[in-house]
Amino acid sequence: MLERLLIISAILFCIGLYGVLSRRHIIAVIMSVEIMFNAVNVALVAFSRYTVPAALRFPGAGTDVERFVLEGQTLAVFVIVVAAAEVALGLALIIALARQRDTIHISDLSTLRR
Amino acid sequence: MAFDNLFSEIVFWALAVVTIGSAALVVHLRSIFRAALMLVVSFLGIAGIFAMVNAEFLAVVQVLVYGGGIAVLVIFAVMMTRDVDTGNRSTAVQPVALMMGIALLGALAYSIVQAEWAVLPDSLPGPIATVFVETPTQLGRLLLSDYVLAFEVAGVLLLAAVIGALSLVRERNDA
Repeated sequence: MLERLLIISAILFCIGLYGVLSRRHIIAVIMSVEIMFNAVNVALVAFSRYTVPAALRFPGAGTDVERFVLEGQTLAVFVIVVAAAEVALGLALIIALARQRDTIHISDLSTLRR
Repeated sequence: MAFDNLFSEIVFWALAVVTIGSAALVVHLRSIFRAALMLVVSFLGIAGIFAMVNAEFLAVVQVLVYGGGIAVLVIFAVMMTRDVDTGNRSTAVQPVALMMGIALLGALAYSIVQAEWAVLPDSLPGPIATVFVETPTQLGRLLLSDYVLAFEVAGVLLLAAVIGALSLVRERNDA
């Protein structure tokens, strides 16, 4: 079961990677980054549910089971927060860019290269 | 939830196929607006997967934040930039990107299958099962005790992002 979820997560991550590298429209690139974030979250939740917590592997390592069991879900919450902040800022940048430069294709935005 | 019956197996595979299929359509469709709609479908599929692996709270958060907030933001940005849109073509490195994606997937799948995971059984032992019964309570307790610093920093990050986004899209009539 853990393997299944991890394979799903890996497929989603690679789809996102392909989208980031191959799309020319900036919003499409941001959407692909979101798919990659979600792939990571699936892996975190899968590990949180299906791996043996350290507290149970070593008797005496602690009795607060929820601390070890829910570590993955806590990290996933923070990933969602950071992704939301990133999308809000990224889309604001895109709208400002579309107003100023009149283009939203990454291959037209090579100012930093020169 | 244990995967003990055929019905949950079917639901799980349906969710997996819908999620991966719509994610593939997001990077494949030429129309950026349809790609954004497919992204919403993919987010909701992932919320379903969360609900099936004892992460009900995260499933609700996923629907609210991704299916609601981020989806609206993306569609809004697509509408705002529609007049400068000239199609969703691929870059010149598309074949290389495809090869890199397949290579990475192969490497990841190989290591996932080869690794020996210390896996919990589908029917959880007592103390862990009680944690998963009341996930939101335990998550809230953890966020305000062990992870309180990260929690506060996340709040400041969201505030900074909102203020930054507002100042970026403001119409400048004084400059």
